Amino acid sequence: MIVMAKNKSDQKRRIENVLSALKHDKLAIASLVFLIVIIALALLAPILPLDPNTTDVRNMFQPPSPEHWFGTDDIGRDYLSRVIYGGRVSLLVGFLAMITCVCVGVLVGTVSGYCGGWIDSILMRIVDIMSSIPWMVLVTVISLFLKRGLKSIIIVIGFFTWMEIARLVRAETLSLKEREYVMYAKFVGIPGYVIILKHIIPSVLPTIIIAASTGIANAIMTESSLSFLGLGIQQPMSSWGSLLQNAQSYMQNAIYMAILPGLLIVLTIFAFNKLGNLLRIFVEPRVMSGEKD
Amino acid sequence: MAEQNNQILLETKDLQKHFPIKDFFGRKKQAVKAVDGITFQIRKGETFGLVGESGCGKSTLGRTLIRMYEPTGGQIIFDGEDITKLEGAKLQPYHKRMQIIFQDPYSALDPHHNVEEIIREPMSLYTNASKSDIDEQIVELLKKVGMKADDMYKYAYEFSGGQRQRIGIARALAVKPEFLLCDEPISALDVSIQAQVVNMLEDLQEELGLTYLFVAHDLSMVRHISTRIGVMYLGKIVEIAESDELYDRPFHPYTEALLSAIPVADPKLARSSKRKIIKGDLPSPMDVPGGCRFHTRCPYAKPECGQMEPPLVERTPGHFVACHIR
Amino acid sequence: MDENKMTQTGERLLTVDNLKTTFMIHKTKVEAVRGASIHVDDGDILAVVGESGSGKSVLMKSIMGLLPENAQTTADSLVYMGRNLLELSADERRKMRGKEFAMIFQDPMTALNPLKKIGTHLTEVLMRYRKLNKKQAREEAIEALRKVGIPSPEKRLDQYPHEFSGGMRQRVLIAMALCCKPKLLIADEPTTALDVTIQAQILELLKQLRDEEKMSVVLITHDLGVVASLSNRISVMYGGLIMEEGLTDEIFYAPKHPYTRALLHAIPQPTTGVKERLEAIPGMAPSLTNPPAGCPFAERCKYACEKCESEIPAYRQYTKTQRAMCVFTEEELNAMDKEGKADGRTE
Repeated sequence: MIVMAKNKSDQKRRIENVLSALKHDKLAIASLVFLIVIIALALLAPILPLDPNTTDVRNMFQPPSPEHWFGTDDIGRDYLSRVIYGGRVSLLVGFLAMITCVCVGVLVGTVSGYCGGWIDSILMRIVDIMSSIPWMVLVTVISLFLKRGLKSIIIVIGFFTWMEIARLVRAETLSLKEREYVMYAKFVGIPGYVIILKHIIPSVLPTIIIAASTGIANAIMTESSLSFLGLGIQQPMSSWGSLLQNAQSYMQNAIYMAILPGLLIVLTIFAFNKLGNLLRIFVEPRVMSGEKD
Repeated sequence: MAEQNNQILLETKDLQKHFPIKDFFGRKKQAVKAVDGITFQIRKGETFGLVGESGCGKSTLGRTLIRMYEPTGGQIIFDGEDITKLEGAKLQPYHKRMQIIFQDPYSALDPHHNVEEIIREPMSLYTNASKSDIDEQIVELLKKVGMKADDMYKYAYEFSGGQRQRIGIARALAVKPEFLLCDEPISALDVSIQAQVVNMLEDLQEELGLTYLFVAHDLSMVRHISTRIGVMYLGKIVEIAESDELYDRPFHPYTEALLSAIPVADPKLARSSKRKIIKGDLPSPMDVPGGCRFHTRCPYAKPECGQMEPPLVERTPGHFVACHIR
Repeated sequence: MDENKMTQTGERLLTVDNLKTTFMIHKTKVEAVRGASIHVDDGDILAVVGESGSGKSVLMKSIMGLLPENAQTTADSLVYMGRNLLELSADERRKMRGKEFAMIFQDPMTALNPLKKIGTHLTEVLMRYRKLNKKQAREEAIEALRKVGIPSPEKRLDQYPHEFSGGMRQRVLIAMALCCKPKLLIADEPTTALDVTIQAQILELLKQLRDEEKMSVVLITHDLGVVASLSNRISVMYGGLIMEEGLTDEIFYAPKHPYTRALLHAIPQPTTGVKERLEAIPGMAPSLTNPPAGCPFAERCKYACEKCESEIPAYRQYTKTQRAMCVFTEEELNAMDKEGKADGRTE
């Protein structure tokens, strides 16, 4: 409804803008391809001939070879399989945590910015309070109450990183509120929530998209830190973060165990940022090339 | 032009709109007295022009009149009903009867919406008609403002300034209002496009029996389109008269200066007329001079001008002035 | 006619012949100016009149050399006081700005640095271009502010831009422009952003300065009222070309080009009965990326014929000072009006 257009020429223009951005940016194409591959692997993992769990103590610490493309880990498990399954978890956590984060952040940000007054004050004070608590302390305390595991990690990351987005969205909402088309909608009596949905959010969407792509990156990193502290993913499930954490002890003789998941984290974050940029270009309703007056 | 009857459509009594300036703790420190006690009437079918320079409060007055801003004092009476304090569902029917078109065609329309959505927006609240009926009405409206039916699904950025202004007018007319606040609708347009829009507004007024409040600073255009004109200075109306009467026989010194400052598009006239140039700058609306607000810049000011504020009185039939001297 | 010219030498200051400026934006060519020719004599106040997209601002910036890198300017001749501007290096061009010609822009609100005092704005210019020391510069600055009518200039030197109103800021910009005593002042819509009473003050000031400082002015504007009261010559620009030029009286009372005539009929005229219906010009300004092959005004012109649309017409010289770029002569246009042959392309 918001973004899709009945207007064929407008859709054509949006697609053209994206294609032209892609053409000029080889890295963007590479990122897209990379993401497609990674996500495909993650989704298809169960039906692929991968075996992340069988241990084979005789073949520990094997460097990458034709039988084990990524080598084996400290108890002989096929590292490629572990990395791919780890990717499943990392991407899932990243994605779901980001969704939670964005939903809460946008809700708080738009309501706070649009309503103003005491609602704004209260919400922003909540944001301030939550931002001021040292994150690690907060997470540690919370994790005492929640069962360790996938769901908890998503909740923890999602509900404790939305503040940034809320502030961004609120700032934009404040300025959008003064636009005449918003004033007009309010004037004729369109209810507030409809104005937020139909007028405010479409304009804030570019910011949200960029925040979301940063959000995924942050979530993946955060999950890694949590797993590092032992508060996150528990064995035998693995995520890139927990693999990294595990690889620490073996840096001397099996450095590939750290490099491979680490590299994938970096590439994935980079690729998501590029994707975010392309999405933003798609959402912009304007022509790319400026017209000279 | 539409036949005038003397029926009053919209009137105010001592209307005030103050914007408080809060200090650090949120307490009211000062106020910008944008509209500071205005009493006047707009008659059915007429075009009332409202002129004044920046900071005089003309935009604020217009928007407060239609209840876009909340008045901080005084009364607004629309078609005999006091609408000053109405809210919510009681106020809703009046938004159908009073509409607005904006100055800036670039911020008046949502860049993410197409024309159909823009025009449908006000309609959605007042009608239960089916989608295809509404679409038909939208096509009719577009034709009325000189646009085409297949413009319906285009986005605002695909149009020029003049065309966007037409879309804004179509949107305002969608709910069949009686009163239209035109808030500097042509200031942002090129000269050749201004004439298109002005002609269209005049035609629509005749066809639909509309009443306009035309807020502007282009004095020649205001004279052309208005039946009567009100001159504002620092939150008060200082003179009201029929447009030709105002231009030929202004009473208030500020009106005189304003009129003589208009650059006339006629070189011989420009050379022969003597300009009355007022010295100095506009005082700040936060720090309004006591007594007659214009007395600090008035070439005819006498001591009493600084002490007492002159009321708006009818000097000759239909011609009101707020001045001690004239 | 002579009342228009002031007592200055009347020698030729600036000659621009067939200037073209093109911008390259994302591989699209935007032809902002497509062959414009103007000239300024000593003592002139030349008004360049046009609407948005006509190219008038770009024309002046091309002359001054103030365009961004993606712009290319060519001209048959671009001569200022005997110097060929096209042959100068960017550095030499830069040195001429401020000293030989100065420019003031439209929006006084954003043209001044809010972090610098007004005095600093002025003394910087003075010290750099006229090589004055600090004390001399300050005295000159006070004098400049006084000349543009700012009361208590000594006090106001130490104030910041936000303490000045719009009209005052424009005066400060004019003072800055005058600092180096240029012979030519280019004013790009100097009063558009100002209230009408302040506009009157500024226009009076420009006239006064033209007399006192022996300066010539090029006034870019779309406001015909401003043009009528200030200028002695007018060039009418549309679609990147000069449609018509002449003395102010000639343009207002005997316009030869359909666009000029249409423009004069589109504004409420005090003498011809203000309440009469305005004659709107239908359509919109032409595209700059894909300019029409013929006369740029043809698609909106009520007299247009096939010849108009196929080639750009040549200039027809009517008097020593007036010429217009149109296929038809004035008599032919009047005849078409009378016979109603004009296809009546009005709104």
